[in-house]
Amino acid sequence: MAALLVSPTLLVLGLVIAYPVLSAVHSSLYSVPDIDPKTGFIEKGDPFVGLDNFTTIFTGAGDRFWNAFWNTSFLTVTSVILETVIGLAMALIMHQGMRGRAWVRASILVPWAIPTAISALLWRWIFDSEGIANSLLNTKVLWTTEGFQAQIAVIIAEVWKTAPFVGILVLAGLQIISQEVYEAARVDGAGPIRRLWSITLPLVKPALLVAVLFRLLDALRMFDLPYILIGAGKESVETLSMLAQDEASNVRFGPASAYSVVLFLYVFLIAFAFIKLLGADLLGARDEAGGKKGKGGGARKGHDGGEQGARKSLRPVAGDDRNRQKEATA
Amino acid sequence: MRAIPRRLLPCTAVTAALTLVGGCGLASSNVESAVDAEERGPITFATSDTSGVVPSLIKRWNDRHPDEKATFIELPEDADQQRQMMIQNAQLKTDTYTVLNLDVVWTSEFASHRWIDQLPADSFPFDQTLGSINATAKYRGKWFAMPYASDGGMLYYRKDLLEKAGVEDPPETWDEMREICDKVLGEQKSKMSCYGGQFEKYEGLTVNFSEAINSAGGEVTDAKGIPHLDTPEARRGMDHLVKSFKDGTIPKSGITYMEEQGRRAFEKGDLLFYRNWPYQYAISDKKAKNNEVAGKFSVAPLPGEKGPGASSLGGHNLALSSSARNKATALDFMRFMTNEQSSRLKLEKASLAPVFAKLYDEPEYVRKFPYLPVLKKSILGAEPRPRVVQYGDATKAVQNEAYNALTGKKTSQAALRGLQRQLRALAP
Repeated sequence: MAALLVSPTLLVLGLVIAYPVLSAVHSSLYSVPDIDPKTGFIEKGDPFVGLDNFTTIFTGAGDRFWNAFWNTSFLTVTSVILETVIGLAMALIMHQGMRGRAWVRASILVPWAIPTAISALLWRWIFDSEGIANSLLNTKVLWTTEGFQAQIAVIIAEVWKTAPFVGILVLAGLQIISQEVYEAARVDGAGPIRRLWSITLPLVKPALLVAVLFRLLDALRMFDLPYILIGAGKESVETLSMLAQDEASNVRFGPASAYSVVLFLYVFLIAFAFIKLLGADLLGARDEAGGKKGKGGGARKGHDGGEQGARKSLRPVAGDDRNRQKEATA
Repeated sequence: MRAIPRRLLPCTAVTAALTLVGGCGLASSNVESAVDAEERGPITFATSDTSGVVPSLIKRWNDRHPDEKATFIELPEDADQQRQMMIQNAQLKTDTYTVLNLDVVWTSEFASHRWIDQLPADSFPFDQTLGSINATAKYRGKWFAMPYASDGGMLYYRKDLLEKAGVEDPPETWDEMREICDKVLGEQKSKMSCYGGQFEKYEGLTVNFSEAINSAGGEVTDAKGIPHLDTPEARRGMDHLVKSFKDGTIPKSGITYMEEQGRRAFEKGDLLFYRNWPYQYAISDKKAKNNEVAGKFSVAPLPGEKGPGASSLGGHNLALSSSARNKATALDFMRFMTNEQSSRLKLEKASLAPVFAKLYDEPEYVRKFPYLPVLKKSILGAEPRPRVVQYGDATKAVQNEAYNALTGKKTSQAALRGLQRQLRALAP
């Protein structure tokens, strides 16, 4: 019965996730056909080359890959750190009781609502040699040329667009922290900084981790922003997705698939490590929602007990908070 | 590595795609060809259309051929996206697109992959069209496309400033251009730069780099696709660009110019000379805010090292998708779209550069489009960009190395050596 009930879900998952992934893995084992010197036509059918596409990536001609790999990692790490910090600050500001709060929230979300391609065009215009950025800073930096300044331009545009997303998710987390906790802390004589470190941050951690994880996965796949803002062939900002796209657009689907598979594994690895190291809570939440799978946390746990036992939480407070949240949402 | 065919296509799929040749046992030497196409019926025309002239042309066709109607499939403006969609269509072997509008540099790639059919040699009046254009429609000496519209680079210059300084004629050589700049700009050099082109790392850089090499008497690749960048001519062409960046002849921000950025700089009065395609003429000649040059500029052929230089050839050709149906109709449609009458309409309505030599000399057109004589010279002397199957890789290699040299990351000698090696690997 259970199998019957989940089968539509499994079917959809298979269609939209398993099939594309497996098909990418499959086509990554094929190379490009050669040209027949006599007729000038490309031979038919792609030759099977096994793991050659992967070995090429990691050996001989892999300079471009490693450049793209470091670019992807660098852009991801710097932009995610910045947007977490800024997003958190935005959330804290939005959380303050002030007049026109709804307007502030709505306007902070505007960058997130703009499609990336459009915001990339917008920033391209700002970072033009005669653009606003240069006239504001009174400089003559050529932002969109090769070099560190291109990376900075991408990071600024990326953070501008996605910090609000982090902000809104964190704000949701902030709003379910009970005021009583703060009052109690105040009675005990905790100052604002102490309250931030010991109450706000630990209690908002689950929401923050979800936001950071989302951003991390998104940033690792970064494509349209550097592609449009800086340009297709710029080494300084070429990411793994751009590399795969470039190969595919030159009708080399085998190598392109190989790049995509490597990127997929990289994203998977990062996400896995992130959840294992920091976000035990995330897995927990999923386990409880779909307890049948029972991979991480085992059987469904009681409301007030067990969770701590199954997973090692980083801070005891965070555990309390989880229960608190559930009470609040219940 | 042993080559195993990726998938054995079912016999039916192959025959469906190659109805014309028929049969399953196609030897690789068999060439798909539209020479004996007989099927007639509705077709489609896949192209982008920024000027809006295509619907009226198609209407003309449909009025005359009610049983063989053509449908206009509008593709995105971006050339890369157009190419991608056409490749997708070819890979899926669908008959969605019948007639394709290909950029002149794509012919080799599409022909070598058999995505387009070989055309009957008598299908187009090739003797009346400009020779340099015809060359882009061939692959290995055979016709795979019909010239549809052409394009060539021209030197836009500030006639008013030149006159003020007592210079009568536009420059024919690079040295003359520098002299005129010194004379005209004098102490104004901080406000205005001498020359601009398209030097951002994209297709425009390939165009401008090739022009520099060709204008110094060299060639990037020959007709067979073999690169010749280890020559003193190529070296002098490259050095000219590098030097121009170093001494400020080209402004520093020139490295970020694509067509439009440069046009705006020219219109703002930042540039004395600017290389661009003919489309700019009409725009810059219109009075507008931020346009100081309306009525004050003129055009000339691109300067070269020892005399007029050579432009890179732009433009589009029509080709016949090999997986399409109703190819006999398609061939007629292609002839119709490229005939003289349609060319006139394309010139009048969309100022697309004609492929027929004689249209350039008609007084009425010259009055209406004063740049036509210069454009004709430009196209006559134009050189095609590298004609290789993997054009995408070739142009990327050119962009990388030229950009490295222009930004001082590499000496021009090292850049040319690297490029020679990369292009040699792509050559047949």
